[in-house]
Amino acid sequence: MGLENTNYKSVNENPCSMCMPMGAILPFKGIEQSMVILHGSQGCSTYMRRHIAEHFNEPVDVGSSSLNEKGTVYGGEGNLKQALDNIIKVYNPKLIGVLTTCLAETIGEDVKRITSDFISHNGIKDLPIVAVSTPGYGGNHPEGYLLAVKSIIEALTQKVEPHNRVNIIVPNISPADIREIKRILALMNIEYILLPDISDTLDRPFEKPYTKIAKGGTRISDIEAMGGATATIQMGITAADELSPGKYLEEKFSVPLYNLPIPIGIENTDLFIKTLTQITGKVCPDIINDERGRLLDAMIDSHKYNFQGRSVVFGEPELVYAVTKTCFENGIYPVVIASGSKNDKLGELLKREIESSPVKVTILNEADFMTIRANSRIAGANIAIGHSDGRYLTEREGIPLVRIGFPIHDRVGGQRVLSVGYTGTVNFLDRLTNTLLENKYKNYRSTMKKKYYRGSIKRITGEG
Amino acid sequence: MHLRAEALCSPCLLDQYYWEEVIVTEAALVIKERNDSIAKKGRHKAQIKCDTDSVAGCVSQRACVFCGARVVLNPITDAIHLVHGPIGCASYTWDIRGSLSSGEELYRNSFSTDLKEKDIIFGGEKKLAKAIDELVEKYNSKLVFVYSTCIVGVIGDDLEAICKAAANKHGIEVIPVQSSGFIGNKSAGYRAACDALLRLIAPVEPQEIKKRNSINYLGDFNLAGEAWIIRNYLHEMGVDVNTVFTGDSSYAELKSATTATLNIMQCAGSMTYLAEKMERLYDIPYLRVSFLGIEDTVRSLRQVALAFGDADVIARTEELIARELESVEPILKSYREKLKGKKAAIYVGGGFKAISLIKQFREIGIEVVMIGTQTGRRDEYDTISDLVDEGTIILDDANPAELEKFMVEQGANILVGGVKERPLAYKLGVCFIDHNHDRKHPLSGFVGAINFAKEVYSTVCSPVWNFVR
Repeated sequence: MGLENTNYKSVNENPCSMCMPMGAILPFKGIEQSMVILHGSQGCSTYMRRHIAEHFNEPVDVGSSSLNEKGTVYGGEGNLKQALDNIIKVYNPKLIGVLTTCLAETIGEDVKRITSDFISHNGIKDLPIVAVSTPGYGGNHPEGYLLAVKSIIEALTQKVEPHNRVNIIVPNISPADIREIKRILALMNIEYILLPDISDTLDRPFEKPYTKIAKGGTRISDIEAMGGATATIQMGITAADELSPGKYLEEKFSVPLYNLPIPIGIENTDLFIKTLTQITGKVCPDIINDERGRLLDAMIDSHKYNFQGRSVVFGEPELVYAVTKTCFENGIYPVVIASGSKNDKLGELLKREIESSPVKVTILNEADFMTIRANSRIAGANIAIGHSDGRYLTEREGIPLVRIGFPIHDRVGGQRVLSVGYTGTVNFLDRLTNTLLENKYKNYRSTMKKKYYRGSIKRITGEG
Repeated sequence: MHLRAEALCSPCLLDQYYWEEVIVTEAALVIKERNDSIAKKGRHKAQIKCDTDSVAGCVSQRACVFCGARVVLNPITDAIHLVHGPIGCASYTWDIRGSLSSGEELYRNSFSTDLKEKDIIFGGEKKLAKAIDELVEKYNSKLVFVYSTCIVGVIGDDLEAICKAAANKHGIEVIPVQSSGFIGNKSAGYRAACDALLRLIAPVEPQEIKKRNSINYLGDFNLAGEAWIIRNYLHEMGVDVNTVFTGDSSYAELKSATTATLNIMQCAGSMTYLAEKMERLYDIPYLRVSFLGIEDTVRSLRQVALAFGDADVIARTEELIARELESVEPILKSYREKLKGKKAAIYVGGGFKAISLIKQFREIGIEVVMIGTQTGRRDEYDTISDLVDEGTIILDDANPAELEKFMVEQGANILVGGVKERPLAYKLGVCFIDHNHDRKHPLSGFVGAINFAKEVYSTVCSPVWNFVR
C-alpha cells in the first residue's frame, strides 16, 4: 500500500502541522543557558511562544528582530544585530540560535554573514551563534526540529578523542519521556550525551529565585564531544537523510549511527534496549526486565478491550510511526494513519504491518484535519491518538481523543505525558484502553436498549 | 493643564496632584530604548512612549498585523476565513477565540493556501484563485475573507485583483484583508480588519430608513457568550442590537449595519477606527462603553439609555440596574472582604480594557501596582495614569524581564494577562487571571463582574500557595 498524497488540493482545511521555525525553537530550549531569536516580524515569535508555553506550562522567552516595513524593504541587518545585543544584555546566554522566517528568507537575509559580522565586530568570545534557515514555507515543524538539531551539531561538534559515551538524539518528545530514557540509561549504567534535553528546561520545578533561563539542558561541552562518541542512537527513522543529525555525525566523525524508532511499544523498546546492550556490552538489569514483564502482563489484561479499538493516528511522522506500531501490537488496528507534514518514509516503514493488518488502513501524507476526519468517519474509527487539535475529531465525529505529542493545549500536563520505555508504554496503553472502556460504558446501556429492546406489544399500542 | 477633582476638594493636596510632563521611573533598565516606555506614577502625571514599533530583541508580548486582523474578523460565523500564506499562520489561529455562534460554524475552520517554496518563486496567485474556487464550491458561503501574510506582501501577489475576479466569478463577496505581518503591529491589523468591514457594510443601494432604537455593538467578540449577555440587557431596556462587530455576527446582519441609529463600542483598541469612519460616512454617532465591572456596566447602560432619551427606555434601564445591583452587591461585598488589601498587576492587550480592570479590581478591594498594555494609545495611558495610585508602574509593550522585575518589586499578588504571561506569574508564585481570547467564562456585565471576583478569589485564596510561600 502506497502513501496517499493529500496535497492535491489548493487549500489546506484545518492544518495538522505547524511551520519550520516552530519546530526549530524546541531543540534550542534543550541546550544549557541558550536563547533563540526569530529573524522576522514580531508575530511569529509571539504565536510560537504562546503555543509552546501553553503546552509545557512554562515561560517561553523567544526574541524577535521585530522586522517592520523599513527593515523589510532595506534589509533587517540592523534589527537582527540590535536583537542579538539586547538578548545578550538581558539574558546573558551561553548560546544563541537565530532562526529565519518566511520574511527574512524572502528578502534574502544572509543570517550567517550577519551573525559572524556581529561576533567579530563586538569581539565576542565563547558565545556561539547558530543560524538555521527555517522559512515557514520550506517545511513543517518536524523538519525545522531536525534541521535545528543538525545545525547545532554542525556548529559545535568537534573532532575529539574517542570516549565511551553514547549519543542519544531525541525527537520532539515530552520532558517526562526524556526523563524516562535517562532513567533507563542510568539503570543500565550507560554514559551518554542526550540532545536536546528539555527535561528540566521545559518542565522546571517550582523554586526560588526565578531565573530567566531555566537550569538544565544539554551542556555545550557535551555537544562538542559528540564527535568522539561510541555510537549515536537517533530516534528518527522517519527523518530524511539530508536532515539527519545522526547521519551527519556518522559521515563527518565516523560515529556509527543506529537510527531507531521512538521506544514506544514492546518491539520498539526491545530494539532500543537491545541496541544499547549491543553498543555498550552492558546487560539489561532485572528491574528493566521486570518492567517488560509488566508491560506484557498489561497487554494481556487489556487485549480484548483493545481489540475493539479502531484507531486514527495523526501528527508528527516520527511519533505516528511509534504509536501506530503500538496500536498494531495490541490489536487497536489503525484505520487511518496520517502525517500532518510531508514524509516519504512513513508508508514504506509501515508496509509490513499494513499489508498484514486484518483491517483496511488508509495512510495519508501531508494531511489536513478535514481529510483525516472524512477518512476516519468512513473507516469507523473509534479512538483518535495525537495532539490536541484532534479534539476536532471528537467534537465533529464523536471520536474520543487520547492526547500525545505536541501541542497539548486544552489539557494540563503536556510536559508530563509519559509514553516511552516499557513503563511508559504501559502508561500509554492504559490511557488507550481506558478511553475505549469509558466510551463503551458511557454508551452501552443506551446502545443495547436501542438495538434490542422492542417493548411489550401492550406498551407500543399505547395501552399502558 | 487640568486639576483632578479631588485635588480641588482638598486644596492642601493641590500641588501634589498638579499635572506635569514626564517622569521616568528610577528603575534603570538594561535596555536603554525601553526607558521611555516605562514610568512610575509619582507626584506628577506619568507619560510614556506608546504606539511605536517594538524594540528588536526585547521579547515583546505583541503579536502581528495578521493576528490583529484575524481575531477581529474571525467571529463572523458564516464567512470563509482563508489565510493566504504558509501553513503556520493558519495553524496558530485555528479556532483560537472562544467566540460562540448561535448558528453557523463555518468560521471555526482555518483555511490556508499552504504556500510552499515553489509558490514563493512563481507566485501564489493561481493557487489562491483555485483555493477560493474550491472553498466556495464546497461551503456555499456569500462571504470570503482572504488574509494576507508577510510572505504575500513581499512576493507581491495581487490580492485585490484575485479577490475581485473571484467575486465576479462566484457572485459573492471576496474581501482582501491587507494584514502582512511586518507593516505594523497588532493595531495595524485591527485597522486592516476595519477596512475589510467597511467594504462589507458599504450599502450598494441608497440607504434604507434608520431603524428606531437600534444599535450596533462594536468590539465584542462573544467570548463565552458575552455579546449575548449585553444584548439581553439592551433588549430589556428596549434597545435592539442590529448587529455585533463581530461576535456571533453573520453576513446578512453586518450588511444591515448602516441602518442603525447608534454605535456603541466596547473594545476601543480594535474598533475606534471603524466607529469614526461610520460616523463620518453614515452619520452614525458612537459611544464608548465598557461592560467590564459594575461601575462601568452601570455607567454604560445609562449612557445608552440617555442617548435615546426615551423615558420608557430610561425607566426600564434603571429598573434593570437596580435589580442587578441588588443581587450582585452582597456577593461582591463578601469577596471584597476576603480580597481586601491585595495588590494587582495588569498586562493586557488594549488600553480600554486595562482602564476597566483598574476599576474592577477596586470594586473588590484590590489596588493596582503595575499596569501595562501591548497596544494602548496616548489618551488611554493618560486615563490610566489619572486613575492609578502614586507609586504604580505604568509600562507599554512590556517584556517578560520587565514584568518579572516590576511584579516582584511592586509586591504584586496577582497578575491579569494572557496565555504567555500565565506561566511566568505562576513561576513567581503570583496568582493569575486569564483575560485572553480563549477564556470559557464571561467577564462582561453584572454576571461577568461576579465571575471576575470569583476567579480572583479562586486564585488568591487557593490553598496551594500555603505550600510554596
